[in-house]
Amino acid sequence: MSHQTVPLTALLEGQTAKVQLLRVQGSMRRRLQDLGVIQGTPIQCLQRSPAGDPVAYRIRGTTIALRQRDCQDILVEANF
Amino acid sequence: MGLTKGSTGKHAVAQPAAPKGEGQRTIALAGNPNVGKSTVFNALTGLNQHTGNWPGKTVSSAQGTYVFHGERYTLVDLPGTYSLMAHSAEEEVARDFLCFGGAQAAVVVCDATCLERNLNLVLQTLEITPRVVVCVNLMDEAQKKGISLNLLQLSRALKVPVVGTSARSGKGLAQLMEQVEQAVRQEAPAPYRPAYDAPVEAAIAELQPRLAPLLPQNIPSRWAALRLLLGDEVLSDRLASRCPGPDWEAVREETCQLQQTLLEEGLTPQALQDGVVQSLVTQAAALCEGVVLQAPSPQEARERQLDRILTSRRTGIPAMVLLLMGILWLTIVGANVPSQLLGDALFWFQDQLSAWFLALNPPRWLHDMLILGGYRTLAWVVSVMLPPMAIFFPLFTLLEDLGYLPRVAFNLDHCFQMAHTCGKQALTMCLVSIWMRPGSSVGHGSLRRDWSFSPE
Repeated sequence: MSHQTVPLTALLEGQTAKVQLLRVQGSMRRRLQDLGVIQGTPIQCLQRSPAGDPVAYRIRGTTIALRQRDCQDILVEANF
Repeated sequence: MGLTKGSTGKHAVAQPAAPKGEGQRTIALAGNPNVGKSTVFNALTGLNQHTGNWPGKTVSSAQGTYVFHGERYTLVDLPGTYSLMAHSAEEEVARDFLCFGGAQAAVVVCDATCLERNLNLVLQTLEITPRVVVCVNLMDEAQKKGISLNLLQLSRALKVPVVGTSARSGKGLAQLMEQVEQAVRQEAPAPYRPAYDAPVEAAIAELQPRLAPLLPQNIPSRWAALRLLLGDEVLSDRLASRCPGPDWEAVREETCQLQQTLLEEGLTPQALQDGVVQSLVTQAAALCEGVVLQAPSPQEARERQLDRILTSRRTGIPAMVLLLMGILWLTIVGANVPSQLLGDALFWFQDQLSAWFLALNPPRWLHDMLILGGYRTLAWVVSVMLPPMAIFFPLFTLLEDLGYLPRVAFNLDHCFQMAHTCGKQALTMCLVSIWMRPGSSVGHGSLRRDWSFSPE
């Protein structure tokens, strides 16, 4: 087991990680911030949709679906 | 929101600005999207509503009135927003109304099932106006999910009244109106004020005294200073138009200097914005500590299990196809009998109508135009369209209430993305397939004879 910084897309179903860096810009960044996604926020990967994209995440007690191309730019710290 | 006499016609163009009058009490109703804000609004105002658009914006507005203890209150429903940073037209409208709308108090509606996230907006509202009543709605939902809330503790921490409501069943609304009355009558409280990182606080302290004498009375200088430092051009222009002159130019210059200082400390505009959001989110989380207690709930576990079936890779699509097919089948097959009955009744009436009319000895063309043209077409449309609509929409509403539609969007988003649209379009697709139904049933439907337009 080791700490690793990976994009959010790398999380497996059921896995939880902490947000380290938001590289998304513009309205998506603000939207994430509105939902309370800041450095240190725990995010749990719940499950993939039938096509594998988007993926449902649990963030601060709510379930949010995020597209993989947005998740690419959310860096999280996870244990692998 | 229904159309009422007052909301249509020439009344509709009236601007939703705060009405100024003797003893008129205006209350702003703010809240995140999907927290039941409209339910609270409807429950309080009933049919005394007035809808339109915000001046110069494509954002719809609604205001309504209610009477409590003999006093008339005007409730202004602000657009649902997550924050008041004026990043979107909705946020701008909501914030402008809180600043310049002249409301005596604001009610912030929160979702009891995710209070922490909603507190972000509460904190931002408290920065603008101290007369705030926090309405924690959906208490019944929270209870079902095993969430218990210590609202007294929250009220003590925020130093403003907090009322728990379940607007759908009308619970807590009387108490809410009571607290609003108090908020309007009593002296403004000194509520909880969000604190920011030291460099930001220092810059605010520097700018605030310069700004204070220039501001309209009801705008707090601390908040205005923060917004100017964050480079809020919209607010800057708004304020400048209210107090033009050399003083304002001086404030602008000072703001630029302070921004430069912050930049030298490594705080870029982006970092500044992030820091402020971070402070708000962290403080909202701290305020919720001990207020929100989540007990393990069987309903939550059941929902997760159901989600796994409804949206998983293997079963998601088949379940969705079955469900939507089921609804379409019910609509199409179920509508046949009432369509037939309705058609028979309406066409029987057509024959009667025709006989009466012909007895008057009218010209043939008039008879054909009114009875065969006007009435018959109307009868067709009603008998073909009404029954499927009356079946489809309640069924779809049921799915919506059960929360299945966001899951459909989740399942289909990828396909819709390929067509450069988003999964939310699924409802439209369903409607289109329903709409095409009369055409597709022409071949074998019971109303076949009526769909031939060629002269026989």
